[in-house]
Amino acid sequence: MDRREALQRVALIMGGAVIGAEAFLSGCKTTPAKEGLFSVSDVALLDEVGDTILPTTSSPGAKAAQIGEFMKTMVTDCYTEDDQKIFTDGITKLQDAAKKKYSKSFMDLTPEQRTEFLIELDKEAKEKSKEIGARAAKLTDEQRHQITLDKNFGSYKRDPQDDPHYFTMIKQLTLTGYFTSKPGATQALRYIAVPGKYEGCIPYKKGDKAWAT
Amino acid sequence: MPQDSSININTGGVQQNTYDAIVIGSGISGGWAAKELCDNGLKTLLLERGKNVVHKKDYPTATLAPWEFPHRGKMPLQVIQENPVVSRCYAFSEATEHFFVKDKEHPYIQEKPFDWIRGYQVGGKSLLWARQTQRWSKFDFEGPARDGYAVDWPIRYNDLAPWYSHVEKFAGISGNYDGLETLPDSEFLPAWEMNCVEKDIAQKINAAYKDRNVVQGRCAHLTKPDQIHIDQGRTQCQARSLCERGCPFGGYFSSNASTIPWALKTGNLTIQPESTVHSIIYDDKLNKAVGVRVINTNTPPDGRAGKQATEYFAKIIFVNAACFNTNLILLNSVSSRFPNGFGNDNGLLGKYIAFHNYRGTVSASYDGPVDKYYYGRRPTQPMMPNFRNVYKQETDFLRGYMCFYGAGRGRGFGDGLNEEIGGAYKDALTEAGNWYVSMMMQGETIPKQTNEVYLSKDKKDEWGIPQLVFNVDYDDNDVKSMNDFLTQASEMLDKAGCKNIRQRDSKQAPGLDIHEMGGVRMGKDPKTSMLNAYNQFHNCKNVFVTDGACMTSTSTQNPSLTFMALTARAANYAVEQLKKQNI
Repeated sequence: MDRREALQRVALIMGGAVIGAEAFLSGCKTTPAKEGLFSVSDVALLDEVGDTILPTTSSPGAKAAQIGEFMKTMVTDCYTEDDQKIFTDGITKLQDAAKKKYSKSFMDLTPEQRTEFLIELDKEAKEKSKEIGARAAKLTDEQRHQITLDKNFGSYKRDPQDDPHYFTMIKQLTLTGYFTSKPGATQALRYIAVPGKYEGCIPYKKGDKAWAT
Repeated sequence: MPQDSSININTGGVQQNTYDAIVIGSGISGGWAAKELCDNGLKTLLLERGKNVVHKKDYPTATLAPWEFPHRGKMPLQVIQENPVVSRCYAFSEATEHFFVKDKEHPYIQEKPFDWIRGYQVGGKSLLWARQTQRWSKFDFEGPARDGYAVDWPIRYNDLAPWYSHVEKFAGISGNYDGLETLPDSEFLPAWEMNCVEKDIAQKINAAYKDRNVVQGRCAHLTKPDQIHIDQGRTQCQARSLCERGCPFGGYFSSNASTIPWALKTGNLTIQPESTVHSIIYDDKLNKAVGVRVINTNTPPDGRAGKQATEYFAKIIFVNAACFNTNLILLNSVSSRFPNGFGNDNGLLGKYIAFHNYRGTVSASYDGPVDKYYYGRRPTQPMMPNFRNVYKQETDFLRGYMCFYGAGRGRGFGDGLNEEIGGAYKDALTEAGNWYVSMMMQGETIPKQTNEVYLSKDKKDEWGIPQLVFNVDYDDNDVKSMNDFLTQASEMLDKAGCKNIRQRDSKQAPGLDIHEMGGVRMGKDPKTSMLNAYNQFHNCKNVFVTDGACMTSTSTQNPSLTFMALTARAANYAVEQLKKQNI
């Protein structure tokens, strides 16, 4: 599986474009990543948000995969400056929204409240993705080709109305980070470092784990 | 004496720097040249501009798990911004970046966009290649003459067939004996299996079209090593599919795992890494090439310590620096006999560059069996040899394309769940998901005089060597061929029962195929070609070019196996000629 395919697969799971994908594939023009975008409490919050998206079941949750630390690394090193701002502003928005709804900070919510809250936020984010997708679907072939070319050569500039929702970013990073982490790959999924052989057709039954790689 | 007076020559001890043969470049073809020459008893100097990479020892990421990479394989944005070209290569990642040239380190000039992907180390891109190895067919060698483009190949399939066998047995090629005229069989190790959806689709396409044959891809992986592979110190491919990191099992063919250690064992090989070849030395009195000028790659830039070139001498020289660097070295090898570049009496050096057209891809979903899956990570995929214009011209574009395709299962989406947060969602994501199918083209491009590389008049690199300028692009034929692929691939997948079929033109610049060819083409006539039927310069018989630069046309097949066969054939011919004292 190459990187483009990997991105497409994540996109498939997320039902939309992968944030940062343009940068991964084309290297668009932005300033270098800044230091210190995240405080210790931001990382702790992201751990809890990630662990609510992917909690402990028969396998460990996202917090066990240091998902907050992973998000910090990825946003700091791999996001464009625009996307970094959406993400860090998003942390504040998420906290404000929790306060407004529960008069409590996200960290003080019960597990049930956290889940209920993120389900709503997820729906809001999906609405936004749908709108962006609908606009993309209306592009002419010519426009689409121009965008592909611009992305190839780093001159693509996203229309601000197509900025992704911050929760889409958090969720994508949580999924990517968790399923490539040691607990995610080896306990939630099946990871075999050295398969030793290839078999084209083996039985599969519902509930069997997918391959991590 | 060199033409470039800014270079101080250190002739060293001439005797000390004299070998029977010099091979420039240690990638897939240079490794083969070194092996064949050493096997024949020639004291051979193998020059490589990059650092040494010793099999197993210098594969730092070979056994790392995904979570051991800080960005899980993705490159930081700053690296991408500084190196946009190499960042577009599918194989460039945190796991492999040390084997790729960064844009910044080795600049070149793009008159038109061209993604030049390079690997400067012992083994070159043979560490990084995609390892697909098909023989060319008779139709490929006959193509230019039949259709009236480029020039006629000076050889035919039958000239190369024994040499295909020669290199295949040693490298180890897996595949099925399919008996196709358009895709001759190799000397095979057992083939990899198709998965059940690939089998379904293959059967449906083969049944729907008399002229199309889906077969399993052929690749340079040891599915069942023979004694000759064990003797090289290689073992069975473990289906890890982490090949580009270097394989500690020697499961796939690379110079590092195979030809170079073999050549070293003969006692005849001297490898000299970190040696950038500046030019080939031509002796006007002897009327032949006598050696090469080499700059230590680590020499500080001009203005500090000055540059030291060292001269090395040999009876024969093989130029295997990889297509464009071979062109560059030859263009930079000026002498009173060859004022316009080595062997360049006809002015065609650097022209008729061609490549493979990878722009078209088609993806789809497939209602495959939910109770079937697969085990292991296979290093190849099914493919379909070209079916366009095979026996006669029948479309509004020349030549054709081959199709690679593959099927797999993604992971679960959690579709059907109302809430995509929490334990039930997480568990759904850990299951195998729907089957997907993708198909991509590998299109032949037509070599044209206007697709060319040449030396910059004013811009030099850190080593004082002129930078290469690229003027290479697609043409109408490529667009027509791609559109035909998109239509045909969609129709085939539709007939095979696929759904949600989506076409894509990646619009990528030439180069990302990493199948660059031409500039020093073979041919029958010295007026219209540079090299003869044995890859020997028409006008300087002791210099051979056997990498991508020698190619007259591109076929629709992956080229590396043909580079290997041409190299082995030319090297053995060179030895024969040397023995007869003809060169």
